[in-house]
Amino acid sequence: MFIAGKYDVIVIGAGHAGVEAALAAARMGCQTLLTTLSMENIAMMPCNPSVGGPAKGHLVREIDALGGEMGINADKTCIQFRMLNTGKGPAVQALRAQADKKLYQLVMKETCENTKNLDVKQLLVESLMVEGNMVKGVETETGEQYLAENVIIATGTYLKGRIIIGESTHDGGPNGQRAAVKLSASLLEHGIRLMRFKTGTPARVDARTLDYSKMQLQPGDEECRNFSFMSEERTREQVSCWLTYTNEATHKILRDNMHRAPMANGVIEGIGPRYCPSIETKILRFPDKERHQLFLEPEGLHTNEIYVQGMSTSMPMDVQLDFLHTIPGLENARVMRAGYAIEYDCVDPLQLKPSLEFKSIGGLFSAGQSNGTSGYEEAAAQGLIAGINAALRTQRKEPLVLRRFEGYIGVLIDDLVTKGTNEPYRMMTSRAEYRLLLRQDNADSRLTPIGRRIGLVKDDRWERFRKKQEAVQGALEFLQKEILTPSQETQEKLRAAGMELIRTAMPLGELLRRPGVTYEGLQKVFDLPDLEPEVRKQVEISISYEGYIRKQKEQVERMEKLENKLLPENIDYAQVASLRDEAREKLAAIRPRSVGQAGRISGVSPADVSVLLVYLEQQRRMGNNVQ
Amino acid sequence: MQQSDTISAIATPQGTAGIGIIRISGETAIGTAEKIFFPVCGKKLSDMESHRAVYGHIRDFQGELVDEAIALVMRSPHSYTKEDVVELQCHGGTMPLRRTLALTYEAGARSAERGEFTKRAFLNGRLDLSQAQAVMDVIQARTRTSLKVAEGHLSGQFSGRIRNLRHDILEQIAHLEASIDFPEDEIEEVVLEHVEKKVVDFINLLKEMLRTAHAGKILRDGLTAAIIGKPNVGKSSLLNALLREERAIVTDIPGTTRDSIEEYADIGGVPLRIIDTAGIRRTEDAVERIGVERSRSYAEEASLLLAIFDGSRELTEEDEEIMGLVEGREAILLLNKKDLKLAFPPERLQERFPALTLCPISTKEETGLQELEKAIVQKVYGSNFSGEEGSFVNDERQAEILRQAEKHLEAAQNTIQAGMSVDFVSIDLRSAWEKLGEITGETVGEDIIDQIFSQFCIGK
Repeated sequence: MFIAGKYDVIVIGAGHAGVEAALAAARMGCQTLLTTLSMENIAMMPCNPSVGGPAKGHLVREIDALGGEMGINADKTCIQFRMLNTGKGPAVQALRAQADKKLYQLVMKETCENTKNLDVKQLLVESLMVEGNMVKGVETETGEQYLAENVIIATGTYLKGRIIIGESTHDGGPNGQRAAVKLSASLLEHGIRLMRFKTGTPARVDARTLDYSKMQLQPGDEECRNFSFMSEERTREQVSCWLTYTNEATHKILRDNMHRAPMANGVIEGIGPRYCPSIETKILRFPDKERHQLFLEPEGLHTNEIYVQGMSTSMPMDVQLDFLHTIPGLENARVMRAGYAIEYDCVDPLQLKPSLEFKSIGGLFSAGQSNGTSGYEEAAAQGLIAGINAALRTQRKEPLVLRRFEGYIGVLIDDLVTKGTNEPYRMMTSRAEYRLLLRQDNADSRLTPIGRRIGLVKDDRWERFRKKQEAVQGALEFLQKEILTPSQETQEKLRAAGMELIRTAMPLGELLRRPGVTYEGLQKVFDLPDLEPEVRKQVEISISYEGYIRKQKEQVERMEKLENKLLPENIDYAQVASLRDEAREKLAAIRPRSVGQAGRISGVSPADVSVLLVYLEQQRRMGNNVQ
Repeated sequence: MQQSDTISAIATPQGTAGIGIIRISGETAIGTAEKIFFPVCGKKLSDMESHRAVYGHIRDFQGELVDEAIALVMRSPHSYTKEDVVELQCHGGTMPLRRTLALTYEAGARSAERGEFTKRAFLNGRLDLSQAQAVMDVIQARTRTSLKVAEGHLSGQFSGRIRNLRHDILEQIAHLEASIDFPEDEIEEVVLEHVEKKVVDFINLLKEMLRTAHAGKILRDGLTAAIIGKPNVGKSSLLNALLREERAIVTDIPGTTRDSIEEYADIGGVPLRIIDTAGIRRTEDAVERIGVERSRSYAEEASLLLAIFDGSRELTEEDEEIMGLVEGREAILLLNKKDLKLAFPPERLQERFPALTLCPISTKEETGLQELEKAIVQKVYGSNFSGEEGSFVNDERQAEILRQAEKHLEAAQNTIQAGMSVDFVSIDLRSAWEKLGEITGETVGEDIIDQIFSQFCIGK
């Protein structure tokens, strides 16, 4: 056997999870190898060209705040930005951008190739090397071995990938890539449980063959937006998208051909995501809906390929062409790539610790779509955490586990390892119970100190963060100290500004609690220092929503007591006689890290949690090593 | 599952004990008790020494006297749970005891989970290590029994109504959440005025349930029944017979006036506050007239009238007076002295009040009383009193959950009226929905997300 290299960390797969994992590990000082099936497809976006949206945009901001790459890369390469949910509350506002797909890949590839400690290689990994219950490295299809104490599986949809278009199926990854056929067998051999999921993508049509006069223009925001706290772009060239709708003719074609739909005739066995249904699924599940909207999104500045969002399909090619041609604006559309479904193997995430390391194999991590999630952002978030924890393991340090109140990343991973998933998991704001705390505007104050502590946040980001925090703190103190009295002068000023008068003396900041009052508005009335827009926003939110935020913080405090009660790794649930059988089985299988996590397992009741607490106290008094 | 918050529960077996103890434990136990217990000596509970008993009054937040009690403050760590503990030793009657318990909730305690005092005692190092297993068993066993009890209490219709309400709230949540999580999908725009209307409906429904609730009204306050009748028709004998019949006499507080007597009895599980009024008749005597007027006002205040007539004599003008009081009221007609020969056919009374139950009784022989009890229970559980059968809330814990859910819904309404955005509204609705789940035992899980996908066609 030829040992081709020795690393601290090896990452299998260079998609959105893989690149974040590799960059984080390398930036934290680990010798890192990033393997990819094709150097041309690093950070590829095989499905839609967009990044962000509710909860997903929040994830991007969190990745950025911790020192990850996705936000910076998107800011450099996206060609349209929109802030969504602007009227729905500060916690759910979210940035969504359209990427130039090729540019996104190129810039990310460049970053990876130029990162210290990081090697990028085109390799097909075929098997894991495991000794005892520790991972030792990987072996490639050409027989060479790469050794490492930490291996991160980030294989996306490539594990035993199978492409389905109508009656035609073949082994393969997305966009004509190879599939990783043998690695699945190696994982099974090492006792890892796999699931079979499915996802799909719509056709891409030629921009020159669309009739834009029949569609509605969807421009980006006028204001220049950025994902990254570090980006300084103030202007950006933007392109538009277009909106059009299906109609009865479209639906009839789909209905008439339903017997040829692979998901209807049994060709597809994998479980697909509910939030990305194919158009045939939509017609079946909501037969009364008269039309379905679709967005036409350019895939980049140097291509004519247009992504037909909302029309994901695995219908045979003739059906795809027929129904597309019924849609206003697409009557003469020429298809450049067909829509397809893809089935793939993924890891049942219940086998993972909250650090994303396998419970059964030390040093082996899994991240991204191979953990049963869906979406570039979800993948990147897990990749980042797996990379960080592989590096921390190398440094013999405690893993980083984000709590549910610290970030969507915490919610995402806790859900995966506690509840598992029976469909490709997508992040949504409604999954977060402390949503008011997890805003995209405060991702830095939640996570940048953590990124700094683990060594991923470098000096430039830290300096910028500290300055911003100081400015926010200073402004809040100023607004609290500056007392407004109901003097004639004050009342005159308020009246002139069309604001309600005050009755008693109060801190100036109190005015920000009134609906519709902004810092800028106050500046016109009173002598206030200028603030950066980001600082202003923090000040406004922390004052005007203080009551709601405090309520959630109190909830967090109560929950934290249970989160801080750690369950020993070697706890034998068979010894805890009073647990109900169902709870005992679940606890033994999932092996939660804390009593708090145990309480979130379905089938573990509040009484079971009480029993665990009493058991822990019993063990503690008996002098067993329980924290 | 909180650790140091303040909990309270009735610590004595429910029913017929001479006294009942309410135990409050936690960081704010003394402060909580202080809001409802007022020592007669004028001191404050927080100024009391540990382990010193003090006599005083339990009053509600309007200052009304609820009960007399002895309070015992046990400061941390010298208590069963090693936390600050206050025990209120009340008169053992179901009604004042439950009322006092409800007051502790209003004052800031939450209802203790099963076995929670014991759990805290152990976790705080009060109990011996050898007792750990027993403590764990107690927690599970009590949970099991309490679930059984709770299931027994949950009538199909009651839990059905709660489930329906939860589902309706969930639909609103799903709409708000779908519009937040999928802003670019075709989802009908959320109109907060419409949501507010729904929220008001939900609040009204909860109010209705609480109003008609066994616990909300009757179990908490007792059902006030006034015995009315002309002089010497057997009112006092009826009262005595009812009290003798029921061993569950709980307390007897003499009426505040000389001419009416209040007694408490547990009739077939219904806590009854019975007022024995002075005889009602026309009189020229000024003093007596005051008594008669008082009787009338008692009759007006009471929720239930027990109108008693002498069956052995023809109906008189005075009986007509009584019938006038019964008109349009919830009442049970009693034909006394059935041991004697009836002077008129009972149909005559029944024809006048076809909707009311008529019970022939004999207070002398104490017969017919079981029928009367049945009629009272029927009144409470039956359709006349409180809307549909099965809409009752059966214990104070359920009532408390409904009240808290109502508070969350009111918060949602305020949030809408204050012009706040949808994400805040959703938070309040969610709290209400989760709270109500505690009654039916349904867990949170994936419900919201499942609802979003079944309600809306979403997807790229």
